[in-house]
Amino acid sequence: MNDVALRLTVNGQPREGRCAPRKLLVDFLREDLALTGTHVGCEHGICGACTILVNGEAARSCLMLAVQADGAELVTIEGLMRDGVLHPLQEAFREHHGLQCGFCTPGMLMTALDLLHVKPEPTEADVREGLSAVLCRCTGYHGILKAVQAAAPRMVTAAHQGRNA
Amino acid sequence: MKPAKFDYHAPASVDEAVELLARYGGDAKVLAGGQSLVPLLNFRLARPAALVDVNRIAALSYVREVDGTVAFGAMTRQRTIEFSPVVASRLPLLREATRWVGHLPIRSRGTIGGSIAHADPSAEYPAVLTALGGEVEVQGPRGRRTVKAADLFETYLTTTLAPEELVVEVRLPAMPAGSGYAFEEFARRHGDFAIVGIAAMLVRDGARCTSARLAAAGAGPVPVRLRAAEEILERDGLGDAAIEAAAARAAELVAPDSDIHASAEYRRHLTSVLTGRALRRALKTPRP
Ligand SMILES: Cc1cc2nc3c(=O)[nH]c(=O)nc-3n(C[C@H](O)[C@H](O)[C@H](O)COP(=O)(O)OP(=O)(O)OC[C@H]3O[C@@H](n4cnc5c(N)ncnc54)[C@H](O)[C@@H]3O)c2cc1C
Ligand code: FES
Ligand code: FES
Repeated sequence: MNDVALRLTVNGQPREGRCAPRKLLVDFLREDLALTGTHVGCEHGICGACTILVNGEAARSCLMLAVQADGAELVTIEGLMRDGVLHPLQEAFREHHGLQCGFCTPGMLMTALDLLHVKPEPTEADVREGLSAVLCRCTGYHGILKAVQAAAPRMVTAAHQGRNA
Repeated sequence: MKPAKFDYHAPASVDEAVELLARYGGDAKVLAGGQSLVPLLNFRLARPAALVDVNRIAALSYVREVDGTVAFGAMTRQRTIEFSPVVASRLPLLREATRWVGHLPIRSRGTIGGSIAHADPSAEYPAVLTALGGEVEVQGPRGRRTVKAADLFETYLTTTLAPEELVVEVRLPAMPAGSGYAFEEFARRHGDFAIVGIAAMLVRDGARCTSARLAAAGAGPVPVRLRAAEEILERDGLGDAAIEAAAARAAELVAPDSDIHASAEYRRHLTSVLTGRALRRALKTPRP
């Protein structure tokens, strides 16, 4: 079938492209838009490495066709840093050793971001349940848990001050 | 891997979608949330000639309460259900079950219609539909019809619907005020499909149980309503002995298979244990 045209907003920027209908959104981001921060692991929804925000909600970009994102607003890992300043979640991951090889990190951060939007003051159990959506083969998860818990109050403060949340 | 080639259609109306399904005569697949279908496409376990993407049909997304029935547009996302005030007050059993469906990023996309049409026997929504005696409204080339939960699930991943029929609405009777409820599940990790899950609802009048509803997920090729266990409670009340007897009976009512996740015997054991737990918790958990 012929290529399809799409227009979307990625990290606040209008973008467009053409691709085959069978192209997965994650491949479109990486290959057509050169946004390689979003990783591809399992391609069946299990590992979470490809998680991005679609219209403000975390979703697996390996389980969407690119054409389905026509008209959507996406946020990828590249959209977290603003004006050279790390997002409070990124800062907390650095402080608490929330990453080693970094393969899972984009998905962890986007999943945590959605979790903290839904639950700004999560309990440890909430964070554990929320992050069970992403697999990490390096850290043993403890650093990640600590990082998300440390980031939560900072994001609430940042939101009050109208910054980066 | 990546999906094989397919024709892609994103109709704006249900009529158009059904027309497309009919045109491909069984070689097209409906694309709803994609959380089950896209993995199958990626691994080429499914190679449909066409996808009919129903995500652009705005009229298929709603939660409405009409005369004691809660109706969901088939494309209502699991995430919308999780946070819906109507669901929290009228169908808290469905809300509780939703928390067991994968993870939040899966529920952002996954739909109630897709979950039911996919008919995974381990899935939570088909079990809740079975327990509460819900129904679906489907539209095909010859118009609309209603299919009751008891007539919907045929076997593993198979419903009685024709390939050119689209689920347009899912309806569940609102739970009576004060009815007790619980969804109990055992899975290896949170977010995995259930090994066994039990949906329970109890309607009480003092010490009597006027109506009990029990269904099991993961304990056979389709979700199973545990009617003979319900009858024990409706006859003998909700004391410890009756709950024990209902839990023991539940294990006899299911016909699970063994697979890599669990043996049939273990699933039968879980059916009994989780039924007991669900009933005890339902006693203490009334609908608002
Ligand atoms: C990592 C992961 C974990 C998961 N864990 C669970 C879990 O614990 N419990 C659980 O229940 N589910 C789980 N799921 C599956 C998820 O709930 C799916 O969303 C659901 O099973 C299918 O819904 P969907 O809207 O995504 O449908 P799709 O994947 O789009 O479609 C599934 C099937 O149903 C058909 N279909 C869809 N909508 C309709 C319709 N309206 N009319 C007719 N046919 C239709 C499609 O053609 C396809 O054959 C998980 C998925 C993933 C990726
Ligand atoms: S690559 Fe998408 S979930 Fe693993
Ligand atoms: S840091 Fe290596 S997979 Fe998580």
